[in-house]
Amino acid sequence: MATILSFAAIFPLNTLGHYIHWHWFYISVANLTVIILMIVTFVAALLLPFPGRRRRKENQ
Amino acid sequence: MSNAEIDRQWTTRLRRRVEGKLPPEKVLPDTQPSYVASWIYVFGVATLASLGVVIFTGCVLALRGPQWWHGSQYGHFVNSLHLWSVEIFFFTMVIHLWGKFAMAAWRGGRTLTWMTGVVTFLASIATAFTGYASQSNFDSQWITTQAKDGINATGAGAYFNVLNLGQMLMWHIVLLPIAAVVLTALHVILVRIKGVVPPFEDDVKLAAQKVAVGE
Amino acid sequence: MTKKAFRPDVDAPEWKGGHTPYDIIKEGTIALLVIALLTLIFAVVFGSPDEAAITIKSWSNADPIDFATTALSELNGTSISASYGAPYNHNGASQQIGPLQLAKWVGVRIPINSAQNFVIEPLKALPNEPTLDADLKQYSSASSSTQTGWLNAYAKASADMKFVKGQVVVNTTNAGPVPVMINDLTTMARSGALDQDLLNDNGFYTTDYTKPLLFLADSQYLGNLATEQHLGGDQWGMMNETGNYPGQAWLWLYTFWYQIPPFNQSGNGDALVWAVMMVLSVLLLLVPVIPGLRSIPRKLRIYRLIWREHYRDSGGSS
Repeated sequence: MATILSFAAIFPLNTLGHYIHWHWFYISVANLTVIILMIVTFVAALLLPFPGRRRRKENQ
Repeated sequence: MSNAEIDRQWTTRLRRRVEGKLPPEKVLPDTQPSYVASWIYVFGVATLASLGVVIFTGCVLALRGPQWWHGSQYGHFVNSLHLWSVEIFFFTMVIHLWGKFAMAAWRGGRTLTWMTGVVTFLASIATAFTGYASQSNFDSQWITTQAKDGINATGAGAYFNVLNLGQMLMWHIVLLPIAAVVLTALHVILVRIKGVVPPFEDDVKLAAQKVAVGE
Repeated sequence: MTKKAFRPDVDAPEWKGGHTPYDIIKEGTIALLVIALLTLIFAVVFGSPDEAAITIKSWSNADPIDFATTALSELNGTSISASYGAPYNHNGASQQIGPLQLAKWVGVRIPINSAQNFVIEPLKALPNEPTLDADLKQYSSASSSTQTGWLNAYAKASADMKFVKGQVVVNTTNAGPVPVMINDLTTMARSGALDQDLLNDNGFYTTDYTKPLLFLADSQYLGNLATEQHLGGDQWGMMNETGNYPGQAWLWLYTFWYQIPPFNQSGNGDALVWAVMMVLSVLLLLVPVIPGLRSIPRKLRIYRLIWREHYRDSGGSS
């Protein structure tokens, strides 16, 4: 029962971090991933079609 | 009691003012303008939802005290929930900020909506900082011993002692969440009162006419 | 009615167009469920970091020479906390921004006397140490020039400091009671008694870790561990987290200034960075009332993507 209900993380990120160093710019892979994901999400939010177009046209 | 007397009461005046600015159909609207047709609009409610999860997971952490998560796998799991909900909170809030900037969402008398949003953002950073300071592990030892220099330089360090775990924890679980929730509530109320900002008008002359005749 | 000039970046006519049905409660509920699910997934997959706190005990056992060297710097007033200035003491010039010496004006509110708080008083607390007590008396009753002479002799010889069979060994004969004080403090630290002593000033119950944290922060040990984890100030450390976890990406601009001159070369670097961030925060707050800044969205034209359906349906031109 204890092993089935183990709350340990599947892929704990406890190993020493990976970093990208370019001139004086220095960022962790994790942070860079988050920032890239934010930009991708923002762009996707702008570009992806929003459902309900027919309903909006009907209500104009 | 005369009607005039009832009309003069603080309670009556406040209720009428609130009803005027925020009638039930504005608090819980059942329609929205047809120009609200983009996924960018979900990030406001996503931020709100994240804040709810942050507060809920924080409350669960509080049940067993600030050291629970170091020794218990269940406590550690709740800590993980709290950490990731905070990451998602900032993720959605910043995208919400980008979207609202792109829309110039302060237009049409919505300056205060923008401002409450910015103050909430800044208060969230302060709340997150006190959270990191409250972890009672190596990370909090490093963060607080470094952050003290910046805060000391402003003079605030004499009273806001980041090396005082008890003070940081109480700011984190009492004072700053109250501030964050109050600011968020003000922000959302303003959105409900003013409505979502309309698109930029292509025809500036037409827009000028509409504003001039009080549309 | 007098016509007011229309300002496209400030004004917006009230919407008189169509509305569509909107279920705000359903939207909120879905958002809550999605966010809760995402949180759960990330927590289950990645967990969270928890690098154990260092104690003075673990530090002094891992690096007794660094501990002894730090203890010396507390005693001779050369450590960071000893010479910090406000709010801890009057021994250093606090940071300032031009004529603004905010920390100094507020004054010393968290008094720290490094020599007394970190070395002499903890040693005095040790029971049944008649030799140490005599050495402490000798130190305290000596003139400041004598004390300085002892400390300088010890400091000079400490370049060759060794740790042999549990003893701090420094080859000097002109340092008076200082070698015994430093050695006994190191032993006290290694036993764990110093951790507790630095806290119990405030009584049985305390949550104020100012003293042990200042002592730790004066060491090389803490900084070295932080540098290993990429948390140093010159490593954009403020944004980072231990291990491979994402940190505080939203602090990117705050930590950026610490990487470039003049901030990374100035003794007032922290004050300058705070001043810059205060100004930028106020600018962000006041965007709606700053001409030029508030025009950027209209010029960027990202809004044409957001409201493309509206512009298409209303026959708007780009």
